[in-house]
Amino acid sequence: MSITAFVIISIIKSLVVIVVLLTAVAYSVWLERKVSAHIQNRWGPTRVGPFGLLQPVADGLKFILKEELTEPHVYKPLFIAAPIISLVFALTTISVIPFGNWVDIGPWGTYLQITDVNIGLLIVLGITSMGVYGVALAGWSSNNKYSLLGGLRASAQMISYEVSLGLSLVGVLIITGSLSLRDIVDAQRHLHWNIFLQPVAFFIYLISAYAETNRTPFDLPEAESELVAGYHTEYSAMKFAMFFMSEYANMVTVACLATLLFFGGWLGPVFGPELLQMILPVVWFCMKVFFFMFLYVWVRWTLPRFRYDQLMAFGWKVLLPLAVANVVVTALIVAWRA
Amino acid sequence: MLHLILFLFFGTICVAGAINLLVQNHPINSALSLIAVMASLAAEYLLLGAEFVAAVQVIVYAGAIMVLFVITIMLLNAGKEERTRGSRVAILIGVPGVLIGAVLVAWTLLNRSDLQTVPIGALKGDPSDIARLLFHDFLLPFEVTSVLILIAIMGAVVLASRPEAVARGPRKDAE
Repeated sequence: MSITAFVIISIIKSLVVIVVLLTAVAYSVWLERKVSAHIQNRWGPTRVGPFGLLQPVADGLKFILKEELTEPHVYKPLFIAAPIISLVFALTTISVIPFGNWVDIGPWGTYLQITDVNIGLLIVLGITSMGVYGVALAGWSSNNKYSLLGGLRASAQMISYEVSLGLSLVGVLIITGSLSLRDIVDAQRHLHWNIFLQPVAFFIYLISAYAETNRTPFDLPEAESELVAGYHTEYSAMKFAMFFMSEYANMVTVACLATLLFFGGWLGPVFGPELLQMILPVVWFCMKVFFFMFLYVWVRWTLPRFRYDQLMAFGWKVLLPLAVANVVVTALIVAWRA
Repeated sequence: MLHLILFLFFGTICVAGAINLLVQNHPINSALSLIAVMASLAAEYLLLGAEFVAAVQVIVYAGAIMVLFVITIMLLNAGKEERTRGSRVAILIGVPGVLIGAVLVAWTLLNRSDLQTVPIGALKGDPSDIARLLFHDFLLPFEVTSVLILIAIMGAVVLASRPEAVARGPRKDAE
């Protein structure tokens, strides 16, 4: 493939992925509102468009047109930088996520993935671990006790649960023997999904991922009943929208990762004419991701919030030992079989 | 060519971040410049083809250790530091020392004729290669290091729990 073709294909892929991701982010907010409403026996958004489907557009317009407030007591450089940091790191992870197989477009072919890195999983972990700075700095630079408490809680919580999250992935890596997300999916062919081989790791991953993305029952950093709105108390208009978008973008990333690592990624029954064979894997992938997004919303509107000491005790005294035990048992079994 | 441009770009960020770390008088700005230094170092490793080392650099240093630094600064609510004129010892001994060290390193590197440059990508930094080195060739040093770190952790725990135990007596209630 010539360099021009490579550049053109890369640009097209990046544009498509970013547009799809941002749309998915907007519509996961709609999904959240709709599902939560039905859980509580309400209708949710119905006024804007059919089934309230244009609600995200209205929300976006509102965020853009609202007055942007910057209180005099904030530390301005970091106050402005914090939402940008959050959003940039939340959106970057999608670049190494594969969402389909090889496709041929005319004379060229490409993997359905912006870039294939042989340590893709580590890149995702690295970028998500940087995302915590956005929240922490927002809390600190707001110069407000509620924001500061929210930022502190967020950083402590993310560090604690990142340990068990990382360890829960080690079991999958031992079985697959590769850090490439593509290899991990390829190893799950013929329904050898990792969820069947590593059920404990999957639940540890799921719980820690909820904590990493600050979602209920782990939404202590923005617990509105005690901290007003936590780290984004002082934020309004588009800056607040950026935090909002990064939260949902992180959810999409985590759902994608769960699909790739434990649910066979884009693998599924493929049949029919050539075009259908190209599209079906992407459809399976999107359906699995959608399932995890739905699960996110379902959990949020079903479970109450943890108390802070419970959260820490659970992370360090239950999840971490469980994750370590899972790694040891998996390693022993793999070594015994080899 | 592209490699050289990228190397110079990240190298400049790295050095600028390091200088900024010293110049800034607010601890949080210093911590953030240190993160910039770590991240640009990771980019340099990436340029050398050591992807795994680069990822670990970001995850461990920029993503975990520096977060703890930032938390500590936030918890202590450390304010701006006062600018002092620096210690006389640092100026009298430190500056000439650094200069002599730099000259020595440059002199040795320039005078060794058997040193060769390695083409980019010739060194493989695969996770499996690193694992073979750590868990096969250098197993004993690796394990000794881990014991060392364990001792340091236990020391920290002992130090952290001591004053409380003296003040309140043995604690009965579990948290």
